[in-house]
Amino acid sequence: MKRIDHAEASSKFIEATDHLEFHDRRLWDLRQKRDRETVGLAEWEELRTLASAIKEHALTHLADYLEQFERNALRNGATVHWATDAAEHNQIVFDVMHSRGARTLVKAKSMLTDECDMRPFLETRGISVMETDLGERIQQLDNEPPSHIVVPAVHKLRADVAQVFSETIGTDPNNHDVHYLAESQRQHTRPYFLAAAAGMTGANFAVAETGTVVVCTNEGNADLSVNLPPLTIHSIGIEKVIPRIEDVGVFVRMLSRSALGSPITQLTSHFRAPRDGAEMHIILVDNGRSERLGMADFWYSLKCIRCGACMNTCPVYRRSGGLSYGATYSGPIGVIIDPTFNLRKFSSLPFASTLNGSCTSVCPVRINIHEQIYKWRQIIAEKSQLPFVKKEAMRVAGAVLGSPTLYRAAVETAGAGLEHLPRFMMYNRLNAWGRQRELPAAPKSTFRQWYLKNRGQR
Amino acid sequence: MKVALFIPCYVDAVFPEVGVATLELLERFGVEVVYPLDQTCCGQPMANSGCQKDAAAAEALFVRNFAGFEFVVGPSGSCVHHIRENLTAIAQTAATLKVRRNTFELVEFLHDVLKVRDFPWAEFPHAVGLHNGCASLRSLRTAKMSEIDEPFFSKPLALLSAVKGIRFVTPERPDECCGFGGTFSVSEEPVSARMGYDKVTDHLKAGADYIVSADMSCIMHQQGCAERLGLPIKFIHIAQILNGARE
Repeated sequence: MKRIDHAEASSKFIEATDHLEFHDRRLWDLRQKRDRETVGLAEWEELRTLASAIKEHALTHLADYLEQFERNALRNGATVHWATDAAEHNQIVFDVMHSRGARTLVKAKSMLTDECDMRPFLETRGISVMETDLGERIQQLDNEPPSHIVVPAVHKLRADVAQVFSETIGTDPNNHDVHYLAESQRQHTRPYFLAAAAGMTGANFAVAETGTVVVCTNEGNADLSVNLPPLTIHSIGIEKVIPRIEDVGVFVRMLSRSALGSPITQLTSHFRAPRDGAEMHIILVDNGRSERLGMADFWYSLKCIRCGACMNTCPVYRRSGGLSYGATYSGPIGVIIDPTFNLRKFSSLPFASTLNGSCTSVCPVRINIHEQIYKWRQIIAEKSQLPFVKKEAMRVAGAVLGSPTLYRAAVETAGAGLEHLPRFMMYNRLNAWGRQRELPAAPKSTFRQWYLKNRGQR
Repeated sequence: MKVALFIPCYVDAVFPEVGVATLELLERFGVEVVYPLDQTCCGQPMANSGCQKDAAAAEALFVRNFAGFEFVVGPSGSCVHHIRENLTAIAQTAATLKVRRNTFELVEFLHDVLKVRDFPWAEFPHAVGLHNGCASLRSLRTAKMSEIDEPFFSKPLALLSAVKGIRFVTPERPDECCGFGGTFSVSEEPVSARMGYDKVTDHLKAGADYIVSADMSCIMHQQGCAERLGLPIKFIHIAQILNGARE
């Protein structure tokens, strides 16, 4: 499978200056709103510690809590399915729908179903899928995956949305008014809700002690998806289980503050049991999560509550856009999750980071994101997945910098420091440093030479 | 007090004046400064690329050069961060652990160990924007970071505040990474350069004549960006200002 070339993709993103600047500003605005909301809570850092501890506890007792969740969900009248991987998940959704003659599905936003590539699977088998989250719907209509886990179409300007809608749902291409566009989509979606044979949501939390599925949204589309059709399916990654209903209070206080800088989502829905005459199905999906749980350096990533704060704060993400990562999960959290799906394909992603650590500092569940990025680089080098040029440059640099003699030979002829030294650090074929930057002026001597001359006699 | 001076490879080869300022500044406070002549690099360029094996020789050499000292001081936050947090390509012997424990970034050393606050020889009559390198900010914790709600503190600002004539300006995003990131600067050149452009523009808009930092690698990158853009902004290492540079 082809390697994702993040640098190349980001280059294209940056060329579209208006889009880049809007994207950067919009997400930085979310980061600042997040700052304001967290400053307003004296116990914020304590909440982070608590949230992290709850997740760590749940993950280290995952099998027990999953079984408890299943028992309680069954008792509530739900049907529970277990899916080892994406293929099993998709097949279960298809079988449940097909066996009931259901051919239309309205769904709320779920990164898991994107991860499983569910939509094309169902669509090629005669089931039509309607995304009902505004951002996700824009992306569906434009045949693009979401570029952000919370705001899927954040890379698009109003004019882009007007264009997509005019071509797909018949809006006026020259009307870029946000309310007009949102209302048009709303009216377009309404009949599908009313006619749908099945509805689907993901989950923010699955509560073991109650068997409930908790979904946090701002648009009400998840509630319509659940409460109108006679058949409901909730797809849930197994890491979403938390022990107690009171734990939800901790996470609900953090989720929207971290994501959008609002105190809480408009809706926090607890789905417990099927409505009278309706069916409620829950699919618990592994798809690599158990394996990740066994990785000493990386299991922490399973604590993620998908708030997107790490993406909003990431200076690289803001300037390269989610699509440049070529993966379901982008930004810092994507960088540490994606290689678990396919190391070779996503081997460039851990290098799409300056290791600045801002992600780690905003993470509400204290995932050590930038430290995991650093660790992934070691795995990628060990598994020989570094590009040849970089691998060779590092071999040479390591040899030169490991030897005082070779090092001095490289830097001590006049101007040679400039000639050679940047090359250790800035290996390259095409002088990538100089494409958009000047090199520093060559000094007369090295520091060591100055020292020997000026302090050497002491 | 005896201090071993650690001059990172790129400072040695490209910015010797920063090494000189660091040395002279420490000497002004009566510190006996020793510069081990066989030093090269801390291993960070290789280790940051994931190449632990390639970093091992430089790290071992670093430990050999500095194991005999109680204090090792270097004018580079990211190198000191590497030594303290990530010098793990070699066996963690008593000597390795000692060096990792005893290595300080210059601002930390002045602020926390020497506890100096006065620089009577220093005068810098310019508008200055302070750039904290990310390793200094979020790993060495030399200043408050915007992500965490905590009382304001800034060790570099505490030192610079004693400089006569200096004025500080604050950019819109003081904490945003400038995009150097070691080999990131070339392997992710498009984003790196754009981040650098945004950084220097932000300082310029805030009215800075100079960008000052305890991290010369950030400065090398930012300076390269500003020069290419033709922006009227200059760069200087904090050691140079504290040592009395006027421009």
